[in-house]
Amino acid sequence: MSTLTKQTLSHLDWLESEAIHIMREVAGQCSNPVLLFSGGKDSICMLRLAEKAFRPGKFPFPLMHIDTGHNYQEVVAFRDKRAAELGERLIVRSVEDSMARGTVVLKHENESRNKHQSVTLLEAIEEFGFDACIGGARRDEEKARAKERIMSFRDEFGQWDPKNQRPELWNLYNARSHKGENIRAFPISNWTEMDVWQYIEREGLELPSIYFAHTRPVVMRQGAIVPVNVPLTNGELTNLPKAGEEIIDLQVRFRTVGDISCTAPVESDADTVEKIVLETATTTITERGATRLDDQTSDASMEQRKKEGYF
Amino acid sequence: MSAHQVEDRGLLRFLTCGSVDDGKSTLIGRLLFDTKTILADTLTAIERTSSKRGLTAVDLSLLTDGLQAEREQGITIDVAYRYFSTGTRKYIIADAPGHEQYTRNMVTAASTANVAIILIDARKGVLTQTRRHSYLAKLVGIPHVVVAVNKMDLVDYDQATYDRIVADYSAFAEQIGLNDVRFIPLSALVGDMIVDRGERLNWYQGPTLIDILEAAPAAHTEKAESFRFPVQYVCRPQASDNPELHDYRGFMGRVESGEIKVGDSVTVLPNGRSSKVKDIQLYGQSIGKAIHEQSVTLLLEDEIDISRGDMIVNSDEVPAQSKQVEAMVCWLSETPLSPARTYWLRHTTREVKAKVASIAHRVDINSLANEGATTLAMNDIAQLTLKLAQPIFADNYTDSRATGAFILIDESSNNTVGAGMIVG
Repeated sequence: MSTLTKQTLSHLDWLESEAIHIMREVAGQCSNPVLLFSGGKDSICMLRLAEKAFRPGKFPFPLMHIDTGHNYQEVVAFRDKRAAELGERLIVRSVEDSMARGTVVLKHENESRNKHQSVTLLEAIEEFGFDACIGGARRDEEKARAKERIMSFRDEFGQWDPKNQRPELWNLYNARSHKGENIRAFPISNWTEMDVWQYIEREGLELPSIYFAHTRPVVMRQGAIVPVNVPLTNGELTNLPKAGEEIIDLQVRFRTVGDISCTAPVESDADTVEKIVLETATTTITERGATRLDDQTSDASMEQRKKEGYF
Repeated sequence: MSAHQVEDRGLLRFLTCGSVDDGKSTLIGRLLFDTKTILADTLTAIERTSSKRGLTAVDLSLLTDGLQAEREQGITIDVAYRYFSTGTRKYIIADAPGHEQYTRNMVTAASTANVAIILIDARKGVLTQTRRHSYLAKLVGIPHVVVAVNKMDLVDYDQATYDRIVADYSAFAEQIGLNDVRFIPLSALVGDMIVDRGERLNWYQGPTLIDILEAAPAAHTEKAESFRFPVQYVCRPQASDNPELHDYRGFMGRVESGEIKVGDSVTVLPNGRSSKVKDIQLYGQSIGKAIHEQSVTLLLEDEIDISRGDMIVNSDEVPAQSKQVEAMVCWLSETPLSPARTYWLRHTTREVKAKVASIAHRVDINSLANEGATTLAMNDIAQLTLKLAQPIFADNYTDSRATGAFILIDESSNNTVGAGMIVG
């Protein structure tokens, strides 16, 4: 192999450039895209990438959050603040509205609403006529995602057919769809958790406070740290401890942030991005393994949810 | 930049290819395991599965088992992407499965790779499959090939066996014109010569597999390439509150080949008008110069009407505009190519209607012989001529990967059905 070295991009610059290219392709090929923004770390990176892709212009898409009604207050507040700072339109659609319409029926009151987001998302896609949803999912998160395309086709029921995906070659993305169908676009497919943290560090991105080490009441349930007595935006407490569970105050941080009922924190004293980068480099547990109670149900649970329209 | 970060050698994308039992999944598992990419909970999960299947040692190949259907069938059916990092370099592995749909999957995986690792089972030597993988690596223009002679533990680490395979493969590589080929003996199962050298291959003095990957050039080519900038999106924030932006026209895209500096003379295709680069911006900053694969916004000295699908190129090296292309096409769809039908051809950011004018020949990828054909079925590769409704601004694939490649899209299903590499 040649020893000459042509100037190339650093790994973060390369990933950033690829993500910008993908966002611009969505904007160029689709007539009515939307960017999903939850206030979580991956979608915070997505907003910076969208700024880099489209400024000084406005984003060619609104932001949208599918709110389960069981989100951490800090994250919801951060979501609204960030959208306002950017001067971009934020659409919020709620799983609770789908419950009121009767399109989401919980098996029991405490069932996680996470998987039901798919229903609300599909309803919102239909309401606004979106032909593409841009999301911050990454291939390293989970086995089923490793084969997901960057531009992933969904039929009119929002279903993903893993055996019948469009081949994706070079950087020639095919985001074509018929009316009623849509494309899910994943600009940070090729990023790992470490890349995300390094990018947050490099760009100096602000995050909701619960990503950093803080003390909160938790119980230990089946080996996982489960936060309890978590206040919702309306002040109500959720995740109440079960009878006989011992509540302890623990210093923790969240590695992923989602529905309160299924996101567990990890024990940590990392209170700065720099310390989190170091901790991520030396951790022994995967992001979802440690923190997503919903992925532990079965080896194929993510794939099953995705087939049904989940992000 | 924080103190724990070391030299950044960028990002390398590579492809692994092998026949069903060559140990490809084990090799990838070994790379992930030995670079400490596998975390404890994943390892616990595969330990559990290994013992459930009655295995005594942990089966590292389980790390790359993806979808439910594959787990049930015990085969890999689609390209999967894996990630690991050595601290100095980030790697993306395209894991191409080795069954009958191999051609389509391998072409897909190869399209973004800069290095191909071709696995050979030391007991079996160079097989028809090996030749097929090598031909595809050459066709899709992978610049560097590493031939990994695996399962050395099963031939008692015998140097003569290895030397014989090297000689066989070298002769074949010369025949098809693969010029940067490296060889390495290894055992993915035991872990010899992947990240650690081990103690059983002391007769081999060359670098380990990871050393080869660390040293491989991150750029697709070391040749100086012509500047090509397909326009993806035009930024005209006329309605902005900032009056300075009322005349702003930013041309957004990625430098697909070559590089560009402020002041360079450029030509816009298809209208042919020329101008100079006034500014190169990234997120409001003027960066003076943009290199290959960098996404930027270009501003030109003159007001020229430019839209998505146009291409900005350097004025000294303007590509040919043509309504006819000659290309090697790999057919990807279960529905055969129909010469009677019209397809969408997407080349960079440009989409035009295309129809087959003639099929010169199909390649039998087992014998590499050319044969006649009137249609193409899935996994077929053929040289053909396409007629286009509008011109594209094409380079030969061997000169520029990004501007020499195209995909074909079925007008009614919207599926991607063909992958093309322009030969003239």
